[in-house]
Amino acid sequence: MAERSEADSGLTPSAAAPLSSAEIREQFPALASQPGRPRLVYLDNASTTQKPRAVLDALDRHHHDGCANVHRGLYSLALRATEDYERSRRAVARFIGAGDPNEIVFTRGTTEAINLVAASFGSVRVRSDDEILLTEMEHHSNIVPWQLLRERTGARLSVVPVDENGDLRLEEFVRRCGPRTRLVAVTLISNVLGTVNPVRQIAEIAHAAGAKVLVDAAQAAAHHPIDVEALDCDFLAFSGHKAYGPSGIGILWARRELLEEMPPWAGGGEMIESVRFERTTFAAPPYRFEAGTPPISGAIGLGAAVEWIEDADVDRLAALERPLGERARIGLARIARVRVLGNPTERCAIVPFVVDGIHAHDLATVLDAGGVAVRAGHHCAQPLAERLGTPATVRASFAAYNTAEDVEALLTGVERSIEILGR
Amino acid sequence: MSDLRDLYQETILDHARRPRNFKALGDDATHAEGHNPLCGDRINVWIRIERDRLAEISFEGAGCAICTACASMMTERLRGQTVAEAYSLADEFKSLVTSTGPPVGDPTVLGQLAAFTGVREFPMRIKCATLPWHAMRAALKSWTKSKTESPTSERET
Repeated sequence: MAERSEADSGLTPSAAAPLSSAEIREQFPALASQPGRPRLVYLDNASTTQKPRAVLDALDRHHHDGCANVHRGLYSLALRATEDYERSRRAVARFIGAGDPNEIVFTRGTTEAINLVAASFGSVRVRSDDEILLTEMEHHSNIVPWQLLRERTGARLSVVPVDENGDLRLEEFVRRCGPRTRLVAVTLISNVLGTVNPVRQIAEIAHAAGAKVLVDAAQAAAHHPIDVEALDCDFLAFSGHKAYGPSGIGILWARRELLEEMPPWAGGGEMIESVRFERTTFAAPPYRFEAGTPPISGAIGLGAAVEWIEDADVDRLAALERPLGERARIGLARIARVRVLGNPTERCAIVPFVVDGIHAHDLATVLDAGGVAVRAGHHCAQPLAERLGTPATVRASFAAYNTAEDVEALLTGVERSIEILGR
Repeated sequence: MSDLRDLYQETILDHARRPRNFKALGDDATHAEGHNPLCGDRINVWIRIERDRLAEISFEGAGCAICTACASMMTERLRGQTVAEAYSLADEFKSLVTSTGPPVGDPTVLGQLAAFTGVREFPMRIKCATLPWHAMRAALKSWTKSKTESPTSERET
């Protein structure tokens, strides 16, 4: 904390009264009202969040007055860019409770981070007939990399089912986790149902069986506290753009000893120690996994985003969002023909629903005409959509800048859509 | 909001709620499936061709109101048309929903399907309207292909 100035963040120091949703909203230029347009009711935060001024300013500062390649130049501008880039690595480490910033690998996003683990860890630790344990509520990004690994190695995938409420069936997890299990890959929060999974408990069981644990924290980063020690996981990945940061940047955190034993998965500049045509030696982690010029501005923007979340206090943000999700859940369920899917025990403010006789896409189009932005479709989790028996659902997902007014706009919009699309 | 009423016209909503020719045909019909993996819409089209005309055309599938209504109205419009006319109407329809300027051909030939003009104001929904036509074209192509592979089954070429 000591290394950054108050001016970096758009927030008042934590000693002041906590910010309201409306005050937080003011920090997001994209949400400012525009003449001739309805108020933007942005309820697709599980897809991507809007960006606060603090992040936009950090990106601007870098592009206007700090732009150079990192880890190369000997001039002062290059030194500054490198320092800013590495400072973000330290900010991310602090944000997720990692003791060592060198355990943070910058990636293009969660998807690339998981692919990195599948390619690199998979190549040294996963053999034919070994098992990767997934859950039915995984995003495609935590399914497909493991299928590719299965094709390369002959490993098996085992899938833990979800119950009627949208909770993970823990007894099934226990039953499936055994001596052949090499890795458990699980999402901290479901991007469709909003379920918060008991990751610590899962990690305990997995570790007892000798398996490693990868946590997909993409959906959690902006809405739920993350502490890799408390979660007791071995890998954790998240994306900048779902956590008030820019797109094209994400991170993989892994325990130092795992990163040490993992071979590079992509070659190029930056990741090497020395290159000869006969033989190349590789840099130590995290650089071994950051081939080529990294997404420098993205990393700097991500640093600003996680500092913004820290300053706002993620527990406080979650406390603002949760009642909105519950209010939407209750309000939607009261509308005739609307069915809210799932009723997870622990959940965040993500509300999936369907309207009997009206397709999700028609509903989303009519909602959009009233300024309400929601996602409609399978939400990149087709196996879960099939499990729920609904190929397409509408999903309202909340962030800290949403207000009770947004919930009302959603409910009114849904009622109006039913009127228009009919009987 | 007026745009929205243009998109969801009463004719369209009526066909979406009560789709016509919503059934599968027998093995004597040519068949193809249209699938949009982005949204999950899936439309199956069957066509029974007699003497180069679409004697019967039907569909089944799960889609949004635009897709379902369009498939339904397409089957009504195409029944009795020649294969060449069906292709030409498909082109006409595509131009109706995709072009931004005035119509290229004569949209009146589309009859009720002209109700889909409003779709061009909703670029994300154009694929919903064109999906049944893609399936229809694919069914015709597979018929042409089977005809050239087994020339005895259909005489006129």
